[in-house]
Amino acid sequence: MGCVMQPIRHRWAEMAFNESNDTILEVKDLCVNFYTNQRCNKALRNISFSMKRGKTLCIVGESGCGKSVTANSIMQLLPELSRIESGSITYHGEGQSIRIDSLKRNGRKMRRLRGQEIAMIFQDPMTALNPVFSVGFQIDEMLQSHLPLSRKEATERSIQLLKEMGVPLPEQRVHEYPHQYSGGMRQRAMIAMAMACAPKILIADEPTTALDVTIQAQIFELMLDLKHEKQMAILLITHDMGVVAEMADDVAVMYMGNIVESGSAEQVMASPAHPYTKALLESIPVLGKGKNQKLEPIRGTTPDPYDRPKGCQFAPRCDYATDGCAVQMPSETIVEDGHMVRCFHHKELLHG
Amino acid sequence: MAENRDVLMKIENLKTYFPVKKGVFKRTVGHVKAVDGVDLEVYRGETLGIVGESGCGKTTLGKSLLRLCQPSEGSVHYAFSDGTKDIMRLKGNEFDKVRRNLQIVFQDPYSSLNPSFTIFGAFNDPLKKFGIGDKKEREELVARLLADVNLPRDYMTRYPNEFSGGQRQRIGIARALSVDPELIVCDEAVSALDVSIQAQVLKLLKKLQVERNLTYLFITHDLSVVEYVADRIAVMYLGKVVELAETDDLFAHTLHPYTKALLSAIPIADITKKKKRIPLQGDVPSPVNPPSGCPFHPRCQHATDRCKSEVPKLRPFVFEGKSHQVSCHYGEQFAEETTSV
Repeated sequence: MGCVMQPIRHRWAEMAFNESNDTILEVKDLCVNFYTNQRCNKALRNISFSMKRGKTLCIVGESGCGKSVTANSIMQLLPELSRIESGSITYHGEGQSIRIDSLKRNGRKMRRLRGQEIAMIFQDPMTALNPVFSVGFQIDEMLQSHLPLSRKEATERSIQLLKEMGVPLPEQRVHEYPHQYSGGMRQRAMIAMAMACAPKILIADEPTTALDVTIQAQIFELMLDLKHEKQMAILLITHDMGVVAEMADDVAVMYMGNIVESGSAEQVMASPAHPYTKALLESIPVLGKGKNQKLEPIRGTTPDPYDRPKGCQFAPRCDYATDGCAVQMPSETIVEDGHMVRCFHHKELLHG
Repeated sequence: MAENRDVLMKIENLKTYFPVKKGVFKRTVGHVKAVDGVDLEVYRGETLGIVGESGCGKTTLGKSLLRLCQPSEGSVHYAFSDGTKDIMRLKGNEFDKVRRNLQIVFQDPYSSLNPSFTIFGAFNDPLKKFGIGDKKEREELVARLLADVNLPRDYMTRYPNEFSGGQRQRIGIARALSVDPELIVCDEAVSALDVSIQAQVLKLLKKLQVERNLTYLFITHDLSVVEYVADRIAVMYLGKVVELAETDDLFAHTLHPYTKALLSAIPIADITKKKKRIPLQGDVPSPVNPPSGCPFHPRCQHATDRCKSEVPKLRPFVFEGKSHQVSCHYGEQFAEETTSV
C-alpha cells in the first residue's frame, strides 16, 4: 500500500532530488487567495499532498471546500483575481522537475505542460466542449498543438482515440457535434481529448456528477483501465463517499480550504481519525443497510469563508470540540504510517 | 401491513406524451412517450419511491399526477374525504379545490422560490387562495411551519437570496405543508444538496411524515437515499414501471435485469464491500422511438428473440408473503435463482 500523503515540513532540502521515482506531483504548503470586493478569501491554506504513478488520489469534501481550486491551481487555471501566495507545486517529469507555481500562467512552458503532461476533465462535458466545432475537430486541435501531425493524421488519431474510449461508430461520430452526443458519450469524448497526448497525470473534477449511475460505472471502468494500462496518476475530485470507496487508493478529505485528513483509502474510510470525516461517513445513507440505519446529520452549516472561525475550522460543528480547538488550528499529525490528521482529539476517535 | 391497505391513489394506464413538431407548419411528426402506461397504487401513509435514470419519465409522472403537465390518457382515482374521484377528469374549478391535498417539493431550491417575494409572501399566496385565516393567523401559521422545519420565526421577513440551499429546501417543504396536504410529491428533493445537509432534510421528512401522517411519492435517482426513506420502490425505465416491490424485498430478491444492473452500478461507501458489477452497454434509448418489445432488451444480457417482439406485462410474484411485481418474460427463472441462493 503506497502512502502518498506525506505531510512534509522538513524535506525542503531533499525536494530537488525527487526522493522516490514514483512521485509524479508534489504539492507543499500551498496557499491560494481570492480577492474580490476588497475582501480576501483564503481558499487554500497550507495544503500538502503528493501523487504517485499508477495511483488514484481522491479529494473529497463538500461544495466550497476548495477541491476544485486545488485542481485549478495545478493546471494554473485560477481566475484573474487570485494567486498562489506561498508553497510549491512540483511536477516530476522524465529527468526533470518543474515548479509549476513559478511558471507564467499562459507562458509557453505551462501551455506545453497543460494537456501533454497533465490533462483535465471537467464536471459538465456540455459546457467544456465547444458547441460550434465538431468533436473530431476539437480533439485534432489538441493533438496538433502538441504533436507534429498533419490534419489527416490527427483525424486518424482522433478516430482511434474515440474507439479506445468506447464510442460506437467512431468514423462517423468524429464529424458530429457535441449536441448530437449523449451525456455519457460527451464525457467519453472529453476523456478522449484529455488522453490524446498520453498525459502522466489526469485530473478529473467531478467527472460523473452530471451522469446516471449506470453511465458513471462505465466511465469509472474506463478510467481504471487507462490507469492500469498507462500507469497514469489520477486526481479524482468528488463529493461522493461511495465513489471514494470504489476508486481511491489514497484519500484526502478537505474542509474549508484545509486537508483535514489524508491517508490510504482503508485508513481513512475504515478508521477515520478526524471528526469531520467520521461525521461525513455517518451522514450518508449506505445502500444495503436498510431503512433503519442511523443517519447523523452534521449540525449547522459550513461557515462563511469571509468570516471564518479562528482555530479549527470545523470546531463550531464538532462534537469533540474543546476550548483549545477554538483558539488554534491543529497541526498535521501522523497517526499511522501515511495517515495524517489535523485534529487535537484524534486519539479519542481512533481508540474510542 | 400487507392486508387491508388504504388505497389513497390509484393510477391506471397513465400516459403522458409530448408531441415532436417539425417543419414550417409545425406538423406533429412523433411523440416523446415520457410516461407510457403506468399502473400504480399509492397507499395512505406510505412512502413510495420512484427510481430510474434520467429521461425515464419519473419527473413527468410526478408532474402528471398534479396535472402540472396534462396526461394524454389514463385515470388517477384519488380517495378524497367525500368519495373517490378521478382527478384527471376534474374541471378547473373543482380541481383547484382538491389541489390542496396534493403538493410538490421541487428539485432545485434556487429556482422554486420567487426572489422578489419574502418568505412570508411565498407562503401567503397559497394560504389566501384556500382562504385560511386572516393575516394575523396566517403569520402565526407560517411561524409554526418554520419552527417545524427548524427555522426561526424572523426568517419570514427575509428574501430567498439570504438563505443557503438546505434552508431553501426546508422552506420549500414548509410551503408544501402549509395547506395541510395528504400527499407530497418530492421530486429529487435532496439531490441538489450537500451530503451533510441532505441527511438533515431526510430526517426532517421522516419526522414530518410520522407527525402528520403524510404520504410521500419520493422521486429520485439515488437508490441509497430511496432505500433509507421508502416503504415500497417502483423502478422505471423508458416511461414504464419495470419492477415494484417493498424496499427490503426489492434488494433481497431483485428480479428485473435492469434493477440488478442499476444496483450493481452504485458505488457503496463501505470499503469492506467489494461486489461484482454488471456492466450495462450503451445509453437509454430515445423515448421518441422506443425499442420494440421489452424496452430494455437492447441493453439486456439475457435478451432473447421473444424480448424483441413481445412487450412484457407487469406480473405479480410472491416472496415470503410479500407481493413483488416485475415486467420481464423470464421473471420465473430469475425468481427461482434468487430463492435458491
